[in-house]
Amino acid sequence: MKEGTKLVVSPSPHVKDAISVRGIMSAVIVALIPATVSGIYLFGLHALAVIIASILSAVGTEFVALKLMGRKFVMDGSAVLTGLLLALCLPPTVPLWMPIVGAAFGIAIGKCAFGGLGHNIFNPALVGRVFLALSWPALMTRWVTPFDAVSTATPLAKGFGSVPIFDLFVGNVAGCIGETSALAILIGGAFLIAMRYIDWRVPLFYIGTVGFLMLFLGQNSILDASDLDSLVEVGKESLFHMFAGGLFLGAFFMATDYVTTPMTKLGRIIFAVGAGILVVAIRTVGGYPEGVAFSILIMNGFTPLIDRVIKPRVYGTKRGFVGGG
Amino acid sequence: MLSGFKFRGGIHPDYFKLTAGSRVRRADLPKEVILPLRQHVGAVCESLIEEGERVKVGQKIADSESPVSSPIHATISGTVAEISVRSTPTGERVRSIRIESDGRDRWLKGKGIDPEKSSREEILAKIRENGIVGLGGAAFPTHVKLNPPEGKRVDTVIINGAECEPYITADHRLMVEESRRIVRGAKIIAKVLGAERVIFAVEDNKPDAVERLRKATSGDFEVLALKTKYPQGDERHLIKAVLNREVPPGGLPFDVGVVVQNVGTAKAICDAVCDGIPLVERVVTVTGDVRKPGNLLVRIGTLFSNLIEQCGGPVGAVRKVISGGPMMGIAQSEDVPVIKGTNCILVFSERRVVEEEEMPCIRCGRCVDVCPMGLMPFMIRALVEKGKFDACSEYDIMSCDECGCCAYVCPAKIPLVQIIKRGKMALASAKEVGR
Repeated sequence: MKEGTKLVVSPSPHVKDAISVRGIMSAVIVALIPATVSGIYLFGLHALAVIIASILSAVGTEFVALKLMGRKFVMDGSAVLTGLLLALCLPPTVPLWMPIVGAAFGIAIGKCAFGGLGHNIFNPALVGRVFLALSWPALMTRWVTPFDAVSTATPLAKGFGSVPIFDLFVGNVAGCIGETSALAILIGGAFLIAMRYIDWRVPLFYIGTVGFLMLFLGQNSILDASDLDSLVEVGKESLFHMFAGGLFLGAFFMATDYVTTPMTKLGRIIFAVGAGILVVAIRTVGGYPEGVAFSILIMNGFTPLIDRVIKPRVYGTKRGFVGGG
Repeated sequence: MLSGFKFRGGIHPDYFKLTAGSRVRRADLPKEVILPLRQHVGAVCESLIEEGERVKVGQKIADSESPVSSPIHATISGTVAEISVRSTPTGERVRSIRIESDGRDRWLKGKGIDPEKSSREEILAKIRENGIVGLGGAAFPTHVKLNPPEGKRVDTVIINGAECEPYITADHRLMVEESRRIVRGAKIIAKVLGAERVIFAVEDNKPDAVERLRKATSGDFEVLALKTKYPQGDERHLIKAVLNREVPPGGLPFDVGVVVQNVGTAKAICDAVCDGIPLVERVVTVTGDVRKPGNLLVRIGTLFSNLIEQCGGPVGAVRKVISGGPMMGIAQSEDVPVIKGTNCILVFSERRVVEEEEMPCIRCGRCVDVCPMGLMPFMIRALVEKGKFDACSEYDIMSCDECGCCAYVCPAKIPLVQIIKRGKMALASAKEVGR
C-alpha cells in the first residue's frame, strides 16, 4: 500500500464461485452428447446434418438479431444449446431447411423479441418446434424405424403394447432424433443432477406425475386390475408412457431450463406436476399422441405467476410460500 | 455434540485458513498509532487531550456522554502529534488522534475487580470504562449489549467462535491459546445478564479450539461443534443453528432471550474486569498474498502497511487490501489503522483479483437457494434497477444481511450485494424524507 500503488476498491464479496453462465451452458451441451450420439447412431448422418444446420441457424440468428437491436453479441453458449435441443426434438426425416427455419424462429421470436438471454418467457427450442409442427404438420410427422429407416408411426401413435419396453428404454424405436433413448438422456441428466446444474425435483415430479396418473388413466387402469397379471400390465403401460415420446428429453433438459421455469424449489415442483398433468391430459383426451412440448410451454406461461406466489419463508417471519408482500 | 438445528441456505467457499496453526505473535511496537474517535457503533467520542500532550498506554484519551458509545484509550506511550479527520477501515472519515511513540511503552495500570464479589453495575462500569466493544467486526459497545432494556429476559448466552469467514483465524487462535480467559469472560457475561445457559458455538473445522474450550469449561458450559457453513457467525443465523430461535425482522437477539458475544470480546471482558486492562490491543490475522501470513497481537491504531511489512510484505503486485474477510470485508483505497473491530487484513495480488464480465440474469435460482434470510435477491435486484424501491420492501430488502452468498454463487457475476445496498439506502432516505 505504498504511495502510487493502484488499489482496486470494489464491493464485497471479494471471492466468487467459479461457476459461470458459459460454464453452465457448456455443461448442458456436454450432457446432451449421449442423446445426440445415440440419435446419429440410430438415424444416420442426416440426423447429424439436421443438428448442425439447427445450431448454425440458431447462432447466426442470434448474431443478426442482436446486431439489429444494437446490442453486443456474446458467445454464451445459450444459442448453441437452443439449436441443439431443437434438432433433438425434430423427426430424423425433416428436410434441412426446417431446422434452419425453426431455429431462426425460436431464437428471433422466442428469445430475442423478449429481450434476449434471461428475458424470454417460453423455451426457445420448443417455440421453434411448435412453430414447425403447426406450420408443416405432415413433414413433422414422417417417422422412420432406426437403422433401416422404414416408414412407421411412433410408439405413442401406435399405442401401448406396440413395442417392447426395453426397446423404448434404450431408444430402438421411431421418434425424434434425440428423444428416443431414455437411457442416453438419463446418463446426461444424471450428470447434470450430480453437478447440481439442474434440480432433481423437476424430472422426478414431472415423469413421476405422468407415470402415476397413467396407473389410473391408461387402457389398463389399476382400478380395474383384478389379478397380478393385469397389475403387471398396468405397470408396463405406466412405464410405456414414461419412456415413450419426448418426456425424458423434456423433463431433464427443457423443464429444467432456468430462464423459463420457477426460481424456488417448491415452484419447480408445482411446475413439474402441472406439466405432468398436462401431458397425461393431452395424451389421453387431447388430439395429439404426444404433448410434452405443449405441456412445458403452457407451464412456462405460468412461471411468472408461480414466482409471484411461491416465496421462501423470510427469516424471523411466519410468512412463507403463499402471499408475501 | 451437535445442536441438531441448522440455518437456511449458506455456502461452502474455499476456506484458505492459512494461519490456523500459527501461534499469535506480538507485533513490533509501532512508532505511531492513529486512533479514530469512533471505532464502534454509536456516537463519536470527544477528545480529552490536546495536541502536544504526553500520554501513557491505557490512558483514556476520548469519551462520550452518549449512552451508545465507547471510550478510546492510548495504545502506545508518547506524544499526541495531531488531531485531524482521517479515513477509517469502515470507509468513514472520522476525527482521529495521532500519537508518536516515545519507545518506552509506559502503562497507566488500572485495577481489576473480583467479578464474583462485584455487582452487575460495577462490572458493567468496568466494561464501559475500558472501552470494550464487540470484537467480531461490528464493534457494538459491549456494556450496552449486556444491559438489555427492562422486561427483556435473557436466558441464554452464546459465545461466538464460529469464525465462518474464509482466511480469518484470529478467533481460532485465541480459542486455542486463551481458552481459560475466554471462559472466565463468558462467566462474567452470564452473571451480568443473569442467564442460566452459556453455549460456546464453534464450527467443526476448528476441532482443536473445541477441545481446548471443553477442557477450559470443564463441563460447566456446553461447547457445540457446528457443521461448518458460511455465514454461521452472523448472530441471527448462529441463534437459529444453536437454539432454533429466530430474531424477528428489525429486532435484536434480546427479543428471543439471547445475547451473542464473540470469543475475542469475552476475553477482552475478562481482561477489563479482572485486571482492569483497557482494550488497547487485539489479534489480527494478516493473510492472503503476504510472504509470512500470521496472527499478530497488534496495538490498535497500527497502520495496515506496517503490519503487512511485518508479515514479509506482499507477494506480487498488491491489488486489493481488505479489512475483514473476503465475503464481507471492505476493500481499502488508502493506508488505514487497525481499529477495535479489525479482525483481519487480507491482501490480494493480481491473481486473486479477476474482473469478470457481467452477464444477464439467467434466473437459475442459486441466489434464492443460498440466501440465509429467505430472500429473493434476483427479484430485489430487478426492482432496484427499475427504481421500484417500494416494491423492494415487499420483498423484505431490509432483512438483507449483506452476507454476500448471493453474489458469491451468481453465475452471471451480478454484484447483487452492491445493488441491494443501493436499494436499502434509497429506501432509507425515502423514509427520512417522508418523516
